[in-house]
Amino acid sequence: MIEIQDVTKRYGENAVVDNVSASIRKGGITSLIGPNGAGKSTLLGMMSRLLKMDEGVITVDGLDVNQTPGDQMARKLAILRQQNHFEARLTVEDLVTFGRFPYCKGRPTIEDKKFVDRAIEYMELGDLRYRFLHELSGGQQQRAFVSMVLAQDTEYLLLDEPLNNLDMRHSIAMMQQLRHIVNDFNKTVIIVLHDINFASWYSDDILAMRDGKVVYHAGPDVVITPQALLDLYDVEVTVETIQGKSVGVYYGAMTVATQRSTQPGND
Amino acid sequence: MSARALSSPAHTRWMVTLILLTCLLALASVMIGVYSLNWHDIRTQSDEFDSWMVLVVSRVPRTMAIILIGASTSITGMIMQMLSRNKFVSPGTSGTVESASLGILIVTLLYPAAPIGLKILFATMAGMIGTAFFLFILRQIPMKSPLMVPLIGIMLGGVIGSITSFYAYRYELLQSLNAWTNGDFSRVLKGRYELLYLSGLLTAISWFAADRFTVAGLGESFTTNLGLNYGRVMAFGLAIVAAVTAVNVVTVGAIPFLGLVVPNVVSAVMGDNVRRTAPWVAIFGAMFLLACDIAGRTLRYPYEIPISVVVGVVGSVMFLVILLRRGERVA
Repeated sequence: MIEIQDVTKRYGENAVVDNVSASIRKGGITSLIGPNGAGKSTLLGMMSRLLKMDEGVITVDGLDVNQTPGDQMARKLAILRQQNHFEARLTVEDLVTFGRFPYCKGRPTIEDKKFVDRAIEYMELGDLRYRFLHELSGGQQQRAFVSMVLAQDTEYLLLDEPLNNLDMRHSIAMMQQLRHIVNDFNKTVIIVLHDINFASWYSDDILAMRDGKVVYHAGPDVVITPQALLDLYDVEVTVETIQGKSVGVYYGAMTVATQRSTQPGND
Repeated sequence: MSARALSSPAHTRWMVTLILLTCLLALASVMIGVYSLNWHDIRTQSDEFDSWMVLVVSRVPRTMAIILIGASTSITGMIMQMLSRNKFVSPGTSGTVESASLGILIVTLLYPAAPIGLKILFATMAGMIGTAFFLFILRQIPMKSPLMVPLIGIMLGGVIGSITSFYAYRYELLQSLNAWTNGDFSRVLKGRYELLYLSGLLTAISWFAADRFTVAGLGESFTTNLGLNYGRVMAFGLAIVAAVTAVNVVTVGAIPFLGLVVPNVVSAVMGDNVRRTAPWVAIFGAMFLLACDIAGRTLRYPYEIPISVVVGVVGSVMFLVILLRRGERVA
């Protein structure tokens, strides 16, 4: 379980995450959704110790993320952020093998190699295994990065918009793989998503944020509703039930209040 | 090129070839000189003014110095490139060499009779401070282009270098300063180069941390996620780079472009997994410097073109090629 207690993060005067408390259950997929600037990525960054909070404490299974030794944390929780551009020329296999670093410290055993092979297979990267990352498309790179954190084989997997750059097919594959590892290996996935329908379809819980605060923390049936989405996004979303899942239809929807007042004369 | 093409058997074959080539070059380097060696004298080890003495006192030390400087400078260049996450950085373009020179100047002014160990200690500390300052600047300025990074390093080096020149000029130490910043192997003699083995040792130590440097090259988030302390990896890398640079500057002088060109050539072919590439960078660096030295000594025989000139000319051409090819890919 991840316990977030009274956590605040400020940039200057502005509290990007404002006195948030929540507990994210172990097992299952919890999605973080909300409009731009709601504080989702910042909260995820603090859960993964990449960002330090100004106030509050976050614990993972009772371990304070900022007090626990780095390599112990790295075997407990893996994080993948956005914007993973780097100059280093590594092959896909090299990158995924680094996912085993917390265990083998750079000298992978046969056991570690098995994890690497499985992670590469999972993300359908077999053909690209020996290619350099910079030769790959954005979507292929993204899959390689996810493959690395899968190889890390942690109980908790934190992903910041992993569907970025992915086409429809690979987005679906990614979410299904996450669902699969959650179900089969009892992992906990916490994921920042922009597409409310992916969140609705695959999540067990949705943590919805706006203006640095958690507005909803419940199942998709509660959060993916016209009222909740209006509260969150200022958009009048029609919600349909398709194959037993709530699906929001918003492509031609009315936007209300805030957007309209800031952009006069657009009609 | 796929990295697999260079693994296992082909990998080993290439490595053996390179090592043999380096040995040949080393042999040639030992043989070339104004005094022509006589094999008979060497075999009998007679010690009139003769071949054996020239070999032991001058030629072998010189060749060893070239190999050690070539390998260690190239490795420090590679470490700098991983730590700064930029291919155009090396101790010569990040203020490290200039800071180390300033360090030696300060200790020479304060304590003219300073033992060499103290000089190296000062140069190392100054080199670390200068390089850390460079990395600090990099973090403060948003980089629009990777080419900005070496420009900033060269500017910083220029500023530190001009301060050093000013005081060197005032205290009539310009000649010594020149010796620190322009490497020259013709002064290498037995008893005056052995400190370079320290560079070799430090370089070997850095190999144990190879994976840490690769991980640091992936950025702070990646490093933290994999359970490493980013600051500690940076500090360790900086300490190695500064210490090696300091030793090299004190004994022979800095060689320009070496730390820039060699790691880039290896990276272009083999990628950046430091554990895999480090031995190649070291051996290729030694080979490249040996070749440049031989060229410098034979082109105008019996006169000698300073090695920093040869490396500067060959290296800058190679660097330009790398720049242009990279430019194409970035655009």
